[in-house]
Amino acid sequence: MKRLFYMNILSTVLLLIFCGAALGLSEAYKNNIYNPGILKPIDSHLKVKVGDPAPDFILPSISGEKITLSRFAGKKNVVISFVPAAWTPVCSDQWPGYNIAKSIFDKNDAVLIGITVDNIPTLYAWTHQMGKLWFSVLSDFWPHGAVAARYGVLRSDGVSERALFVIDKAGIIQYVHVENINVRPKLEDLVTALEKLNKK
Amino acid sequence: MRDAMINKIIRCLLVLSFVAVFTYTAFAVTRPPSEEGILPEIVLPVPQILEQKKYLGLSGGTTFTIPQIKASVVIVEIFSMYCPYCQAEAPSLNKLYYKIQNNSRLEGRFKLIGIGAGNTTFEVDYFRNNYKIPFPLFPDDDFSIHKKIGEVRTPYFFAVRINKDGTHRILYSHPGRLKNHDQFIKMLLQRAGLK
Repeated sequence: MKRLFYMNILSTVLLLIFCGAALGLSEAYKNNIYNPGILKPIDSHLKVKVGDPAPDFILPSISGEKITLSRFAGKKNVVISFVPAAWTPVCSDQWPGYNIAKSIFDKNDAVLIGITVDNIPTLYAWTHQMGKLWFSVLSDFWPHGAVAARYGVLRSDGVSERALFVIDKAGIIQYVHVENINVRPKLEDLVTALEKLNKK
Repeated sequence: MRDAMINKIIRCLLVLSFVAVFTYTAFAVTRPPSEEGILPEIVLPVPQILEQKKYLGLSGGTTFTIPQIKASVVIVEIFSMYCPYCQAEAPSLNKLYYKIQNNSRLEGRFKLIGIGAGNTTFEVDYFRNNYKIPFPLFPDDDFSIHKKIGEVRTPYFFAVRINKDGTHRILYSHPGRLKNHDQFIKMLLQRAGLK
């Protein structure tokens, strides 16, 4: 028991040493970003895998519209980007990149859906700092994190992982990537996954 | 006996780790280089694009440092393709580049480069193509340069005076977008002691 306690402290300290604190944060957010520090990289267990039908959901969006995943079936490939929380460092520097990459999604006949467990007013205020977003931003606030939980990306502290799911037009999951929560996923990995859809 | 030994090792590792964390936080936290100071050594790859290599006045080698750029003043933007203000700044910086290139007093003396904090080569290329950026951009995908310059918010601008003897000094070091290009150039000329 005592050894477990020491091991836990040791692993946390080692994480602090080896994970850099560099975040590359935009001036756009000024001093409005809360820095939670370095977190446990992954804190959940996936409940879906490549080849599974993507669990359907209906969630409210910041535009006021309710969005279901199944509405895209047979029409568009779908990229779901779960990010942990509004007003935090890495998340605030992820979606603005996707916002200038619309041509990549268009080229691959894909739509992007951004999801966090924050409520709508929070998401509305936060995403307005990013400029006008071309993609839907959905709130998985209530029942809290229910969609994240169904995909197996709800962390023990109630936020979601930083995860990407690519779902083809048949509603089948073709790519799953759960990134270290402290790091932004590389754009090229998502692009490769989208381009693979077209080759099938 | 064996358990006691393992516990002792774990405790020793713990103490060593705390010492490492203390050392890291005490000495590794850097501040942005200040005006009148010098830049930390920033090593960049020589551009593959011949036009950009020529623009920077680089001859051989695979890497270079900012003071090796053939210019009197080098303006460095620390940006990220993920930063909304950097995105908004991109068309404006293109205008600054062409303003310099079309001015016989400045062309060849003022050069512009960008370093993408936390951006991979793919991301920097995407940013370049998306905004048709004519000046050289470099990736800093592991944030190593970003850490050296105090983990500045983006966009962040440095302007560096390069002397003929290869020494340099920082003329300008500031976060945020550039507001007035004419005033900015005038200020740099003045601080650089150029006419």
